[in-house]
Amino acid sequence: MSSIHSEIERPLVEEARFSFSSHLYEWVSTVDHKRLGLMYIVSALLFLVIAGIMATVIRLQLAFPNGHVVDPDTFNRLFTMHGTTMVFLVGMPFVAGLSNYLVPLMIGARDMAFPRLNAFGFWIFLFGGFLLYFSYIGGSGLSGAGSAPDVGWFAYAPLTSRAFSRGASTDYWILGILVSGIGSIASAINVIVTTISMRCPGMTLSRMPMFVWVMLIDSWLIIIALPPLSAAQIMLLVDRFVGGNFFNTQSGGSAVLWQHFFWIFGHPEVYILIFPAFAILSEVIPIFSRKPIFGRPAMVGAVASIGFISLGVWAHHMFAVGMTSWSNTFFTASTMLVGIPTGIKIFNWTATMYGGKLRMATPMLFCCAFLFQFLIAGLTGIMLATGPFDWQLHDSYFVVGHFHFTLVAGLVFGLFAGMYYWFPKVSGRMYNETLAKWHFWLFTIGVELTFVPMHFLGFLGMPRRIYTYAPDRGWDFWNLVATSGLLFQLPAILIFVWNIVHSAIKGEPAGDDPWDAWTLEWATTSPPPEYNFETTPEVHSSRPLWDLKNPNDPDWRFE
Amino acid sequence: MVLSIAWLALRSAAAASLPEHRITNIFDPLATPAESEKNIALLVFAITGVIFVGVAGLIGYTIWRFRQPTHEPHSEEPPQVYGSNQIEVAWTVVPILIVFVLIGVSARVIAAVENASPPQAALKVTVIGHQWWWEVLYPDYGIVTANEIHMPATNDHKNATYLQLQSADVIHSFWLPQLSGKTDLIPNRTNFMWIDPHQPGVYVGNCAEYCGTQHANMLLTVVGEDPKAFKQWTIEQQKRAIDDPQVSEGKAVFESLACVNCHNIAGLGKASSGSKFGPDLTHLMSRHTLGSGVIKNTPDNLRAWVNDPQVAKPGCLMPSMKLTPEELRKVVDYLETLR
Repeated sequence: MSSIHSEIERPLVEEARFSFSSHLYEWVSTVDHKRLGLMYIVSALLFLVIAGIMATVIRLQLAFPNGHVVDPDTFNRLFTMHGTTMVFLVGMPFVAGLSNYLVPLMIGARDMAFPRLNAFGFWIFLFGGFLLYFSYIGGSGLSGAGSAPDVGWFAYAPLTSRAFSRGASTDYWILGILVSGIGSIASAINVIVTTISMRCPGMTLSRMPMFVWVMLIDSWLIIIALPPLSAAQIMLLVDRFVGGNFFNTQSGGSAVLWQHFFWIFGHPEVYILIFPAFAILSEVIPIFSRKPIFGRPAMVGAVASIGFISLGVWAHHMFAVGMTSWSNTFFTASTMLVGIPTGIKIFNWTATMYGGKLRMATPMLFCCAFLFQFLIAGLTGIMLATGPFDWQLHDSYFVVGHFHFTLVAGLVFGLFAGMYYWFPKVSGRMYNETLAKWHFWLFTIGVELTFVPMHFLGFLGMPRRIYTYAPDRGWDFWNLVATSGLLFQLPAILIFVWNIVHSAIKGEPAGDDPWDAWTLEWATTSPPPEYNFETTPEVHSSRPLWDLKNPNDPDWRFE
Repeated sequence: MVLSIAWLALRSAAAASLPEHRITNIFDPLATPAESEKNIALLVFAITGVIFVGVAGLIGYTIWRFRQPTHEPHSEEPPQVYGSNQIEVAWTVVPILIVFVLIGVSARVIAAVENASPPQAALKVTVIGHQWWWEVLYPDYGIVTANEIHMPATNDHKNATYLQLQSADVIHSFWLPQLSGKTDLIPNRTNFMWIDPHQPGVYVGNCAEYCGTQHANMLLTVVGEDPKAFKQWTIEQQKRAIDDPQVSEGKAVFESLACVNCHNIAGLGKASSGSKFGPDLTHLMSRHTLGSGVIKNTPDNLRAWVNDPQVAKPGCLMPSMKLTPEELRKVVDYLETLR
């Protein structure tokens, strides 16, 4: 045995000295799911900072009436790039990064099913992002008009037609998103195949961690929802370059058709973005409550039905386009149905906490704030779903407040919970809890200050996407309050970045399982080796480490 | 001349007497559609408010009741509860009932607002969105105007004003929060809506669909008047432009430059282009604002606007014509006679 082993042993190669180029080569050429996951998350964080700076400029411009921080065209580019970046270059890579890093570890696999496809997905996504941002240089095209896209992240026709969008900025928007979408599809296929075929022995679907379940459904949703957008974008390219007239109203095309295509993608997309937060909460809350997730089958069913219903609600973005009263009623009804499974999720998370022993460490703080804020976002969603109420609220600042409550007070809080929770696993070190708590409180105060007033501005008739407003419209006070939230949000983000960077280098060693957790990723070392597990683990319940730690009371007795 | 000044003074006094609603609170509705939207909003507020208090209270109580002191090393795990089918059913059925109530109420209001058909005598107005102003047509009266929609104030649905909404370029959206929720103006498509401002007044709103550079300054004004004043207004608007020989030099400048390529003045004779690329100027001075609500229509503002519109509304499609001070004075003198 040992002789055979020595025969096939690799010849001893002198270890290359650490150099920047060798290090770079290792990262660029890697197919390791953990490194790719990290690269996804780091690029998402970089784009988050860029889009956050854009949001800061937007808020400064609107802080006072008749603001003069930027000119109208620059402002329109800012909100277009802010929205596009946040959705496609922050939200989507976070989905891919989290599932890449965690899914194989949680199901006891050594890598994703298609490691090379995985690397391809990451690099094509990053290329798409760079292509979009290259528009700042290349967008003016030969005609010298425009720079970055200024058609809004929704790019409604016919504002995107040649007649109204000269230069190449809209083409950069189309191609950048189209290309990065290929990365999202690749990553989604990979997650689906990995969860279907690479679970360790004993891990039936019913024992699969909640996180993996939610990311599996999320990946299905990506595969279903993204192609309509890609198709519409290709149609738009045909319109712009070879004289197709799909959306060109001057030649009989339909402007409403684009909206249908866009929102058939666009509405499932917001669930694609929020699902990772659901996934994280469903892991963090049980660990910090010391109880298993309440109503596991109901939770999985709720996510699946949210995903399913979300495919039939798109035209609630279009209550004002003049659809028939039957269509408006149908989409009011279908949208309200989403409230039911969403309610089930909030109730189940609360029930998980009820009767537990709540450890209020930073990940749990973010989860608790998420519950309150997502509840508000859900209820303002009910208001928007009510067709007649939406005629007033549609395209007003109320909508801006609503979806920032969903995506910042919801998704971003979930992501922070996840990043603090898995930071010790990824880095092998513990973050600074005091700084993390400062981050939490400052960020929460900032988010409330910025996004709550936006709802009131909507009630006062302030439309979205305006670069300025007159002082006598009664909008100045709440706009100033909204901008003042930056004074809390910005320091909070700086504290977060400092905490993460500093702790990754100098933090206390965390050990393999600092949270006393129950899923497989905590069974290996921190950070995990390239092969994840020395031996393939075998599980008997949905909480394998609970079974190990409590041999007298194992879960498999009850499942 | 004296007469016309007196008329102007009278007219501005009449305009000043109309209350101007610039704080556009959707909970302060002044027309039927906005009222029914407010009523359903209050119902939704009541329901969501009760849900919020209940659920947030439950979450808050759970956190407060079960949180552990930070420093206590927790030794024993709490009882492991995996779920309960009865509870799951309960918190599934109750929301379903609430949702069905909301759907039913919404369906009623949607039908009431959307399916209302215009009575025979209703005033019909066509509004056409342009980048970044509103063309307003009264087909029954042959009136062409811009940015201000005059209509009779009424408490009777029979006298409501029915709007046909169209667009000349990209999508815009018609939103006067105190009168009604929004309806889009979509190229290659005609949409409909109706409003019935209950009191005489000037109602302000905005374009609510992003439509390019100057989306922010595409303001919208409805002037609700008592029926007599509205009748008087239609008579004035149907007249051709005043041709005052004292300002014929300014008229000549207007005719000789590119102004006529975009702006129509009914009564210019051969130079009357009929163009609709820019707002019709036949009765320019009867309007309260310039540049679709961006500045008030005062002599100083008018001069500044004609001199260089890009100052007040950067990016708008009217260029600075680089007029000499003399030309500018003459043209503005002429425009000021277009009451």
